[in-house]
Amino acid sequence: MANSEQRRRERLDRGIKVRADGLYALMSWRELAYLTIPRLVLIVGMLILPFAMPGMYWQRVVTIVCIYALLALSFDFLAHYLGLVCLGGAFFVGTGGYIAAILNTSFGLPPLVTIPVATLIGAVICTILLLPCLPLRGVYFAIVTLMYPLVLARIIEALDILGGTDGIIGVDSFANRWVEQYFVIAVVLLFLFGIRRLVNLDIGLVFRAVMDNDQAVRASGMNISFYKAIAVFIASALGCLGGACLIHIYMWAGISLFALDFSILPIAATVIGGAGTLVGPVLGCIILVPISELLREFGTLRIVFYSLILVGFVVFRSEGIMVYGERKYHQFQRWVKV
Amino acid sequence: MDILIYGTINSIALALMALGFALVYGISRVPNFAHGAIYVLSGFITWTFLRSFGLNYAISILLTMVVIGALGAALYQFVLIRVRGMAISEIIASYAIGLAILEGLRWGGFKGMSYTLPVFVEGSISIGGIPVDFQRIMVVGIGVLIVVALWLFTHYTRIGLALRGMAQDERAALMLGIDSDLMAVVAMAIGAMLAGLAGILLLPLGNIVVESGYNVLILAIAVCIVGGLGSWMGAVMAAFLIGFAQILTVVYLGSHYQMVVAFLAIIFTLILKPSGLFGMQKELEERV
Repeated sequence: MANSEQRRRERLDRGIKVRADGLYALMSWRELAYLTIPRLVLIVGMLILPFAMPGMYWQRVVTIVCIYALLALSFDFLAHYLGLVCLGGAFFVGTGGYIAAILNTSFGLPPLVTIPVATLIGAVICTILLLPCLPLRGVYFAIVTLMYPLVLARIIEALDILGGTDGIIGVDSFANRWVEQYFVIAVVLLFLFGIRRLVNLDIGLVFRAVMDNDQAVRASGMNISFYKAIAVFIASALGCLGGACLIHIYMWAGISLFALDFSILPIAATVIGGAGTLVGPVLGCIILVPISELLREFGTLRIVFYSLILVGFVVFRSEGIMVYGERKYHQFQRWVKV
Repeated sequence: MDILIYGTINSIALALMALGFALVYGISRVPNFAHGAIYVLSGFITWTFLRSFGLNYAISILLTMVVIGALGAALYQFVLIRVRGMAISEIIASYAIGLAILEGLRWGGFKGMSYTLPVFVEGSISIGGIPVDFQRIMVVGIGVLIVVALWLFTHYTRIGLALRGMAQDERAALMLGIDSDLMAVVAMAIGAMLAGLAGILLLPLGNIVVESGYNVLILAIAVCIVGGLGSWMGAVMAAFLIGFAQILTVVYLGSHYQMVVAFLAIIFTLILKPSGLFGMQKELEERV
């Protein structure tokens, strides 16, 4: 029997992971470090990123990375904790951006007021506009979110409202570029850890139940549409926040806020970074956005590039960087005889 | 009178755009977000055969249909089949392919006035005092022909019956020896060819522009939702509803609002009757 020596790979949790899962983590520096170092690497890395950049142009790229990271977080949260695929991140960006621009230019409010107000109002508007498709299963949410940015851009263009094709110009900028960068970095870190906490609370459990088995949620006497609306509110708030920051950075709001980049790049970043990990999408953005800046001279070929990467990852490697990394960090593998 | 004539033409054009999407969704439950891209792509392929290779118009149309059908089949066989049943991945994969095609065409410089397909037959006739050109008559004629042919195909041929069987109950179809993967490939190829045919018929009415890919996708989806996702006859009925509504708004409100009609139609259908006019899915399955 030549084939009797069959082997398979076995994966086991590392001892330190098992110990760090329990109360022991508080009793040894090693286990404390095991738990905190990955988080600290991310936080410290994000905070020193502006200093590590050579020149103004790449510092601007850092802020753009953070805005895309907000969108990617919002996509990941909706898709992998609620099961709602949002193909229109640009819808949130556009809504938040236009509201902030109007508040700033027409009412003269400073950016520190317009950004939170635009986030809340924008999220309410987005949630109301998406309400009709929330009680339904299937592809309706994807279809409707795909359509909103296209239709809204068309309406603004055709009716020549909100500045028409010229957009709204003369929006205030942040005080200086350090404020701008650290504001968006702080926002990304805050929401990243906030949403990680949220999905482990009771309400996060309900969200995941809505994705896995909605009838069971309904049988428990909970209103599915209500929970979906809350989740859509949170996700659209993230997108609107990104949009509101973006117009203060560019000092301009226009139809390009509804551009496809805002819809497709966050999806690609999520798929590459690791679906459902929440950190993964942020990492994906840190990888993809600079590449896309380098490819700027190719114009719309960039969208082709993300799309093809996206298809490749979805079809052949659907786990993503972060899931792979977590497995390597928490588990070791060895060959065992069958 | 002109409302009646142009409404009919517009409705049949919409039905042509939507049939491919409805067919693919009805049979394999894959929402083909690359539908609009295939529509535009077929226009450019025909243009390439016609202008760059200097082939006869009829031959280039035939070749385009073959290429587009093969493309649809390849898309399903090599990409979509691997993510079948995973709703999130299906949507992302097909949408990304559509985007790649459309934005690739835009990058390749396929824009501007020079990209037009010639009409099949020059000239126009007057119906009740309103001039209607032959291309629009052809759209109506061929559109009706396709709907009838599709009905005959799905009711009287073995493959057509197998497709319908799969649409109704895939497991039962499998037990009766219908290869569901093969049938889904066939459905995707037919769906792509329908999109391509719609493109070839409708694009001579104007320039070939990349943006129309997104519009066609939205219109096709609007028609399918109003008619009930997965129902082909529903799609045809809904095409007439939306088609006349569009022409009425153009006449009474202005052409800016044409896109809004499709959009409002979707929203109202989702609020009032999510399964659509002739939805084959039971309402319980759609509503949570």
